[in-house]
Amino acid sequence: MFDKLWDAHVVVPETEAAPAVLYIDLHLIHEVTSPQAFAELRARGLTPARPERTKATMDHSTPTLPPGPDGKLPYNTEAAAIQVDTLARNCAEFGIELFDMGSAHRGIVHVIAPELGFTQPGMTIVCGDSHTSTHGAFGALAFGIGTSEVGHVLATQCLLQRKPKTMSITIDGELDPGVGAKDVILHVIGMIGVNGGTGHVIEYRGSAIRAMDMEQRMTLCNMSIEAGARAGMVAPDEITYAWLAKAPRAPGAGVVNSLEFAQAKARWSQFVTDEGAHFDHQVWIDTRDIRPTLTWGTHPGTAIAVDTPIPAPSDAAARKSLDYMQLEAGHSLLGTSVDVVFVGSCTNGRLSDMRAVARVLRGRKVASHVRMLVVPGSEQVKREAEAEGIDAVVRNAGAEWREPGCSMCIAMNGDLVAPGQLAVSTSNRNFEGRQGPGARTLLASPLTAAWAAVNGHVSDPRIEAARQAAEVSENMRKEVA
Amino acid sequence: MSGGLQFVRSRSVVLRQTNIDTDQIIPARFLSTTERKGLGQHAFNDWRRLADGAPNPEFAFNQPENAGRSILLAGRNFGCGSSREHAPWALTDLGLRAIVSSEIADIFRNNSLKNGLLPVVLDEADVQTLMQRPDDELTIDVAARELRTPDGRAYSFPLDAFARTCLLEGVDELGYLLVRKPDIQAYEARQHAR
Ligand code: SF4
Repeated sequence: MFDKLWDAHVVVPETEAAPAVLYIDLHLIHEVTSPQAFAELRARGLTPARPERTKATMDHSTPTLPPGPDGKLPYNTEAAAIQVDTLARNCAEFGIELFDMGSAHRGIVHVIAPELGFTQPGMTIVCGDSHTSTHGAFGALAFGIGTSEVGHVLATQCLLQRKPKTMSITIDGELDPGVGAKDVILHVIGMIGVNGGTGHVIEYRGSAIRAMDMEQRMTLCNMSIEAGARAGMVAPDEITYAWLAKAPRAPGAGVVNSLEFAQAKARWSQFVTDEGAHFDHQVWIDTRDIRPTLTWGTHPGTAIAVDTPIPAPSDAAARKSLDYMQLEAGHSLLGTSVDVVFVGSCTNGRLSDMRAVARVLRGRKVASHVRMLVVPGSEQVKREAEAEGIDAVVRNAGAEWREPGCSMCIAMNGDLVAPGQLAVSTSNRNFEGRQGPGARTLLASPLTAAWAAVNGHVSDPRIEAARQAAEVSENMRKEVA
Repeated sequence: MSGGLQFVRSRSVVLRQTNIDTDQIIPARFLSTTERKGLGQHAFNDWRRLADGAPNPEFAFNQPENAGRSILLAGRNFGCGSSREHAPWALTDLGLRAIVSSEIADIFRNNSLKNGLLPVVLDEADVQTLMQRPDDELTIDVAARELRTPDGRAYSFPLDAFARTCLLEGVDELGYLLVRKPDIQAYEARQHAR
């Protein structure tokens, strides 16, 4: 799949002396990594070559609280407001479509582009954001770039790239109830390490991947970057096409059985992986080895199953990690008291994640010492969740239901974890201070996060589900008696 | 992109920590800027200061003998994490011109090269050896792709031929791409015809 896609986008082939000139089909931008690129363009007297191939939104610095009584959005700093405003002005000046504050489709860039159907199989997609790997779930080659490169794409619609190596990760079998895509990817990173994928594009294959819906595939591809990979991909199939058939900006504009969609589908299906395709590296994983997984340290490679003891530190870095996290080797994370629970981000801020959390919170209360924030990934996710009454479930449980954005994933907008507090988060990075100076982060699935919020400590969603089932049958027995 | 870079000559600053990520290099709360300049003051912000805000005397960049050094020797997997180009901007603003590590994350390496910050990847054992003697003046020779120590040892490092030309000649990638405009237009026409 990767080779076909690469070859189809080469404008000038790679040589020993120079990288390939690679054509970019879709360019996504947001407020944080684009201002200096537009400034560069202006300084050189350039304008965007294909403004219609760039889509913009604002997500990182935006508040997740509604406008105040004065009608103004509560930006946490003047600089954040200026950044957002700068993006709006740049888009207006250069004719770039912007999903602005107030747009019904605004949200985290990696949530909205797939939702709208901009993300399609066989495309090259870039964004000044490392989690661009998310879009690989649709069989696209999608990767993060720096601000200089944002300028290159704006000016030429191309990038200079050396062809990366390929790695296949095959995951076969069925996942246990209570185990989801987030557990799978944490398990993978724990296994191959935070640099296990460096220089590679990972293709996820196998029966467990085929069984995943698009949102799970996005969670999986999203965190490929945390294994150091350039990108993550899943070959397109009927599940992919079914998603795109409903997307308003995909070919056919969401009209069922349109000719345009049928033609697009024929084009997309060329990008499936051939039998016997070559990979530079191959990894096999059996789903029976995957349990609910969390991290204990300060990088995503410190992933362990919820009931496994934290390993004894093997080097100075691991000791520093444990010190920072104030955790002890030899004990599992089960029962660790939690201060904050964050559900959201481009990893787990989609409708299925909101539903998973609501299933746990319905009829229950968040533990009194826990602050829980639930942040939908986009306006669309928010709308759909509210139509199902998920906002009420969240609020009734004593958690906060917020406006869409990156929020506590990167803690730029003022949503942060206080120094020393322990957070269970569905986001993707547990680096020191990522969620605020001194904040301690355990990465986990939405289910694990929700149970941690209710119980006030780290819990095993499989045990909770079993206990629930037992309670239900006990109640039924009583009723019958 | 600044002018040509042929040599970096300096003593080094040592950060032994492995997996130093971009959130350590420049914490996210300092990204609300529309400028490239002035980020050096926030580089490694959370390691630089103690809880009460005073400078942490233990931290390498706060030690007076390290002032003005332009080579950083760092633990394995430096620069992992986000794509923020603010990371190399902050490091060059601190005066660094080269990062030496046994592994440097992809996007960070790419971003560094565009800002005249040289990523030098050596074997872990060699990095460890160099870390023993931070006061030696090292010479990094871009043309020869070699790092040399005062006692005459030389370590070669990989550097893409194109990146090397760009560094040596101060050529910038955007200029190179703009010259390819006819090829790009021909490609677009081919795609359109399909
Ligand atoms: S949710 Fe987090 S990881 Fe995703 S784009 Fe926003 S800040 Fe980046």
